Amino acid sequence: MRVSGLTISKAHAALQAGQVRSVELTERFLDRIAQLDPKVRAFLHIAPDVALQAAQDADRRRADGEDSPLLGVPLAIKDVLCTGDMPTTCGSRMLEGFRPPYDATVVARLRRAGVVPLGKTNTDEFAMGSSTENSAYWTTHNPWDLDRVPGGSSGGSAAAVAAGIATAALGTDTGGSIRQPAAFCGVVGLKPTYGRVSRHGLVAFASSLDQAGPLTHTVRDAALLLGAMAGHDPLDATSADRPVPSFADELVGDVRGMRLGVPREYLSEEGMDPSVSAAVRDALDVWQDLGAEIVAVSLPHTSYALPVYYLLAPAEASANLARYDGVRYGYSDPAAEDIWDAYRKSREAGLGAEVKRRIMLGAYALSAGYYDAYYLKAQKVRTLIKRDFDEAFAQCDAIVTPTTPTPAFKIGEKADDPLRMYMADVFTLSLNLAGLCGISIPCGLADGLPVGVQVLGNAFAEATVLRVADAYERVTPWHEMQPSLAGDDEAW
Amino acid sequence: MALLPDQVLHIAELVKLSLSQDEVALYQRQLSEILAHFDRLNELNTDDIPPTAQVADEQNVYRKDEVRPWLANDEALANAPDADDGFFRVRPVLEG
Repeated sequence: MRVSGLTISKAHAALQAGQVRSVELTERFLDRIAQLDPKVRAFLHIAPDVALQAAQDADRRRADGEDSPLLGVPLAIKDVLCTGDMPTTCGSRMLEGFRPPYDATVVARLRRAGVVPLGKTNTDEFAMGSSTENSAYWTTHNPWDLDRVPGGSSGGSAAAVAAGIATAALGTDTGGSIRQPAAFCGVVGLKPTYGRVSRHGLVAFASSLDQAGPLTHTVRDAALLLGAMAGHDPLDATSADRPVPSFADELVGDVRGMRLGVPREYLSEEGMDPSVSAAVRDALDVWQDLGAEIVAVSLPHTSYALPVYYLLAPAEASANLARYDGVRYGYSDPAAEDIWDAYRKSREAGLGAEVKRRIMLGAYALSAGYYDAYYLKAQKVRTLIKRDFDEAFAQCDAIVTPTTPTPAFKIGEKADDPLRMYMADVFTLSLNLAGLCGISIPCGLADGLPVGVQVLGNAFAEATVLRVADAYERVTPWHEMQPSLAGDDEAW
Repeated sequence: MALLPDQVLHIAELVKLSLSQDEVALYQRQLSEILAHFDRLNELNTDDIPPTAQVADEQNVYRKDEVRPWLANDEALANAPDADDGFFRVRPVLEG
């Protein structure tokens, strides 16, 4: 069976019809991982035993009469989500060999739904980065051009889906870490509303911004996965106690009369690649032809999102990463003499350059004498950014923007210049600051590299953004495009 | 604003990192550049704007203070770099 580009929906249809068993499907994906992942390097940990056991269980459940869209479907999990039976490193030497004592709530929920975990995917260390170059282990390669980054921090997950070595994958998004790699790799990536999905077992980076979400081939697949991931969890006090709609049922293919807002600040952004602007304008024409009304809106504080994000997220990180003390888990320097020496030496050796940069930046923004000027100031401008969205959503149902200013950049191109690297997130950051939802979907190619368009929605309006994105997908070919990887025995 | 080497060392101590000489120079330059970029927030007058610390629609969330099973002792210690007799083993905190 040909599995590259296999969607959850098609896998489900084949499993349901008895054309394939989950064990066969899983073996095929494991073969493909062995064949192609040495080039892509999407996986930090491949888990054949865990996967085949889960596949056998799924086949048994199906034989007993159970049926659900995710039962027996192989997918990949970003290595910042805790898994009780697989290592969880967060792309850090600090957590090399760490095996969590429990599953993250999202992982537990998907397991109950019958998914088959293939392994754990690469990430920038503690999800801090836009390229996977900050992984302490290796850099993942973009399947569309192996000399380019897959984006980050969920770059391993995006590359795994794009390369057809997983049906779908889980990622996390603190400032764009699902949507930006989805755009760079030509796949769908959904960042849910803050509170929609439990953060229990998502290793904390910035607690007021982090959310887990799906990376998939299609909008329908993202709807199916989100439905299984979402919902209230007593173990996360910030998870929202509100009903979860049946997102897949909301994909009616009709956007007539809907108002799509286009913020004037985004298309005029400095450093915007003209081919990306052109692809997004074409996408807007498609929605207009489908009967949506395109309206101009304004998000006047957009250009301040970058400094706000890179003060608040590092401030939260500096507190969250204080837990890596080398006592309860994680790396501990054996040569240290007393506990203070052990803290300093273990953290110095266990944490990478970008993590150190961010926790220092965050601690500075929180420190005596600078708190008002940096941290409090950033929190106030966060309010202005949120108000921008409130006012825009009074005039439209969803907002459409480019996901990134450029297609995927070359490995090494920005690695020595943190500020330029931060600019790669310029279109995705403000959504997290406002706590809203958004999806990136493929909308074209620029010099052979995928381009993403982003549909942003109000709080808990995932059904709206999914509906808008799905309507576009139904009449365009971009979600079907696949990279051609040398050595792929399924290549045409 | 530009940071001084002593300030970099002070911040490193706040987050318990022992930086090498080269790292002090690197972070002095990089953090100064990043902070200079962030000074543009001062273009905005925020005197009457309340801060936003979180965006969840919940406010306080309470639960009963009840004992419930969580990890067994050996599970809690399974990842410890050093454990002894059911406890985490730490290096001396106080001298003498």
